[in-house]
Amino acid sequence: MGLAKRIIPCLDVDNGRVVKGVKFIDIRDAGDPVEIARRYDREGADEITFLDITATHHNRDTIVHVVEQVASEVFIPLTVGGGIRTLDDIRRMLNAGADKVAINSAAVFNPDFVREAAERFGSQCIVVAIDAKKVGDSWEIFTHGGRKSTGINAIAWAEKMVSYGAGEILLTSMDRDGTREGFDLSLTRAISEAVSVPVIASGGVGCLDHLADGIIEGKADAVLAASIFHFAEYTIQQAKEHLATRGIEVRL
Amino acid sequence: MSSVAVIDYGMGNLHSITKALQHAEPDVKVLVTSDAETILRADRVVFPGVGAIRDCMQALNESGLAEVIQNVANTKPLLGICLGMQALLSDSEENGGTPCLNIISGHVRRFSEPLYNSDGKLLKIPHMGWNQVHQAQAHPLWESIAQDSRFYFVHSYYAQPNEACGVAATSQYPEPFACALVQKNVFAVQFHPEKSQTAGLQLLKNFLHWDGHL
Repeated sequence: MGLAKRIIPCLDVDNGRVVKGVKFIDIRDAGDPVEIARRYDREGADEITFLDITATHHNRDTIVHVVEQVASEVFIPLTVGGGIRTLDDIRRMLNAGADKVAINSAAVFNPDFVREAAERFGSQCIVVAIDAKKVGDSWEIFTHGGRKSTGINAIAWAEKMVSYGAGEILLTSMDRDGTREGFDLSLTRAISEAVSVPVIASGGVGCLDHLADGIIEGKADAVLAASIFHFAEYTIQQAKEHLATRGIEVRL
Repeated sequence: MSSVAVIDYGMGNLHSITKALQHAEPDVKVLVTSDAETILRADRVVFPGVGAIRDCMQALNESGLAEVIQNVANTKPLLGICLGMQALLSDSEENGGTPCLNIISGHVRRFSEPLYNSDGKLLKIPHMGWNQVHQAQAHPLWESIAQDSRFYFVHSYYAQPNEACGVAATSQYPEPFACALVQKNVFAVQFHPEKSQTAGLQLLKNFLHWDGHL
């Protein structure tokens, strides 16, 4: 009896529509973000994450409106990531009703941004998103949707980001993202054991057992998935019931 | 139409709590305000907050809202949430020791690190996510909320009240800690009812109907 492991459906939003790519290509339209968020809330999602993948700066206001609308009727934690580069970006998202923001590339270009953000808004709302890929025997962080290598070791990076004030780590395996082969469990476990803050596993979920594996073997505190929920293959409720059968404490 | 004032003192975003109160009870007038008169005129008061306690206390003291909250605590239903709960206690360990409002006698402690559960597993700090809330006593704010319902938490510090009879609920991480306190017309919760879906909305609705008595 205690803290439940969390299931977090993720909505990749492009110009106000939910899309899901396989390895960042072949983008399929999955619908209206507000409607989908409502459904996930009804099904018992523990949180919802929105990743804004809109390419143009001009259209970024769209995500603010989505968050505002969702936050007015869905009363669970909301995280927004994608294009968070300045303290003002964070303020806008929090004012729109987001509880947390996920910082990705901006942290790589300027690690002090994470420190400033945590000092200004509190660690509880600063998630650092890490896109990692296996290079030789270790993992490196990548930017630009997994296209650009940085040469930075993923474990060392996660530790550094926590010391700078990250309250949570959203860890995506770029090798697995969109493959439906399951999380990179050794990566997830390595990061989860290295840091004191909660780790969200992401990238590669194709079935419900993958979610359970991420928690049991990957030691993740929360698991994030997109496509298995969008296309209604599984409901959040089914996912939770499955985790419960594997002995994982969930909010049912 | 009854009214509820949500105290705005610059600590955290009040969008969610405002929307959740309105959603829980559409017939209530929700006022987000830093104005002492408005707060003192409202039927009920919500005292939210996220962030660090030193900034919180500084903002309350400089704005004069500390005194307003003292007044409210003696006169009408008051709901403290998260940092708003911690600020009601005597003092906090955070920021090297910070004197608080001392409306509820007790201290605010940090979870000790490293923290392990009974199986030897490392527990993460902050305590973040949905935990069970065990109601320690009957209270109008628990109306229609099942025993051990889950609420959403995110915090690294917790309240340790001096009076055990003021504990309205406990959670475990891994030891039991007071996650809800009650003292006459004052109710305070460490979790976020505005982020706790059905159970959270019910608690807010109960507060908006509470007359401040047990």
